[in-house]
Amino acid sequence: MSDQVDHSRRRLLTAATVGTGAIGVAFAAVPFLASWQPSARAKALGAPVAVDASKLESGQMLKVVWRGQAVFVVRRVKAAVDQLGGHDAMLADPKSDDSLQPDYIKASGAARARNPEYWVGLAVCTHLGCSPLGAFEPNNSFQVAGADLGANWPGGFYCPCHGSKYDLSGRVFKGQPAPTNLTVPPYTISASMRIDIGVSDAPKPA
Amino acid sequence: MALAPESADTAKGLLGWIDARFPLTKLWKEQVSEYYAPKNFNFWYYFGVLSLVVLVIQLVTGIFLTMNYKPSSAEAFSSIEYIMRDVEWGWLIRYMHSTGASAFFIVIYLHMFRALLYGSHRKPRELLWIFGCLIFLLLMAEAFMGYVLPWGNMSYWGAQVIVSIFSSVPIVGQSLVEWIRGDYYIADATLNRFFALHVAALPLALVFLVIAHLMALHEVGSNNPDGIEIKKHKDAKGHPLDGIPFHPYYTVKDTVGVAAFLLVFCAVIFFAPTFGGLFLEEPNFQPADPLQTPPHIAPVWYFTPYYAMLRAVPSFAGTQIWGVLVLGAAVVVLFFLPWLDRSPVNSIRYRGPIYKVMLAIFVVSFITLGVCGLKPPSGIYPMLARVCTVLYFAFFLLMPWYTKYESVKPVPERVTGHA
Repeated sequence: MSDQVDHSRRRLLTAATVGTGAIGVAFAAVPFLASWQPSARAKALGAPVAVDASKLESGQMLKVVWRGQAVFVVRRVKAAVDQLGGHDAMLADPKSDDSLQPDYIKASGAARARNPEYWVGLAVCTHLGCSPLGAFEPNNSFQVAGADLGANWPGGFYCPCHGSKYDLSGRVFKGQPAPTNLTVPPYTISASMRIDIGVSDAPKPA
Repeated sequence: MALAPESADTAKGLLGWIDARFPLTKLWKEQVSEYYAPKNFNFWYYFGVLSLVVLVIQLVTGIFLTMNYKPSSAEAFSSIEYIMRDVEWGWLIRYMHSTGASAFFIVIYLHMFRALLYGSHRKPRELLWIFGCLIFLLLMAEAFMGYVLPWGNMSYWGAQVIVSIFSSVPIVGQSLVEWIRGDYYIADATLNRFFALHVAALPLALVFLVIAHLMALHEVGSNNPDGIEIKKHKDAKGHPLDGIPFHPYYTVKDTVGVAAFLLVFCAVIFFAPTFGGLFLEEPNFQPADPLQTPPHIAPVWYFTPYYAMLRAVPSFAGTQIWGVLVLGAAVVVLFFLPWLDRSPVNSIRYRGPIYKVMLAIFVVSFITLGVCGLKPPSGIYPMLARVCTVLYFAFFLLMPWYTKYESVKPVPERVTGHA
């Protein structure tokens, strides 16, 4: 037997050992990385919520919590609803092609609502997740949170964090930090103005 | 096995016993009493040792805060109130920690500016500079997560905004954000893991990086205001002619600097712990409210320059990732500084006027960005932030040209000054 060191054999064994070890480390890392996923408890808490919007006055807004996120329920003034289709040219995504909403909301056009008078949408700015403020008055110099929304403000939402502006259907204006329209969650609305957020089909009568 | 034979300079007694088993005297000599530092250090050379002092303050006060703090969304805010009102001296420990966070960034920013002045990032100190940039990056993460812990309304919405930055990553963005939060919103799980990272993982990594930073420094030796190599001229014993032992010369000098720093530090703790809303923001005195964004969101002052850059970039092509990329690039570009700088000289003392003007523009635009980040995004501020973002990057990205071609003054062989 030779007392020479077989370097190529040693290199192969070293590489094989390192490779096996690395695979082992990768597998061992999975439980640690997966432990950061939402837990079973967090997933279970994502149930639908019911809102009674029948007492909402015209021009008023409710905020409810669904999956820990604030959701706007706005009863829009009739005149404002009629004007929703009139400023498409100022919007970044007027048809909501790049935005998130159920198909039946997208199909409803400029209203983005199952009932045009009631608008439901996440109060989560699509820029970085701040909660926009309601700025419903169409006013030439509407002041909100120290910001001047300027002339031709048709009424809508204003995000105080980075100044994104949305119309009354949560559609973002052009040139804003926010890339897409406010997300509309799945919901149902009954004749008695009961809104169930988190489901797309009317709950069966009990 | 026999222990090392005793020679004339080996110590007797306990120290000798230790030295035979652990290189205590050797370490002390190599790193402190026989570490030769240039004799012409000036005011700017205080900030390295001061950041070490602040690190120790943060570690000690942080350990004591964890003894009363509860990292749960139900109890976090009230446990801070408890520390402030009921724990003996709790207010002092907490204010030391909150003021320490701002002090950390003040000394680190000045420490980094010193490198820009005297070329401390340049060969052979590139790795030293990179370790420093990593420390800066970790410090940003550490400060951000620490700011979430009190679970005030600004903590909550700050976390919301910063974590949402990751949602702009194409395709996996939304799942990535859920993974970071551990829930569908900023929740108890988020707070709890930020606590773990803030008190264990990141401080551990920071301490290791600080050790690596100091090891790299002591390997290559300190730069100096003339930006010249003191190792080129040595005496018969092999010590640099322009060097003096760190101890006792610089330990004494630094003690004065530390005393002056602590004087200012204590004045802030005792008389202006919120520093007019800059160190502790007003909305953070209200508990976190997932339904109500504070009317005006601004991060703590040390993040505002970067925050202003994030805000300055509008979204296009249906994504807002551009602002995030600019924010990331603003930090990443620092790592490349040693290779962007092509000047034949290190120190600003011997550079031409173009570098001086560019550095001044950089400082002004960095401070202006900081102001823009504090203000609401309306009026003149968005445009100002855009201009300053361009200037910030111009300083770095044009550097290979303006440093290479500008005229420089002759560099002396030995350090200058009165020392």
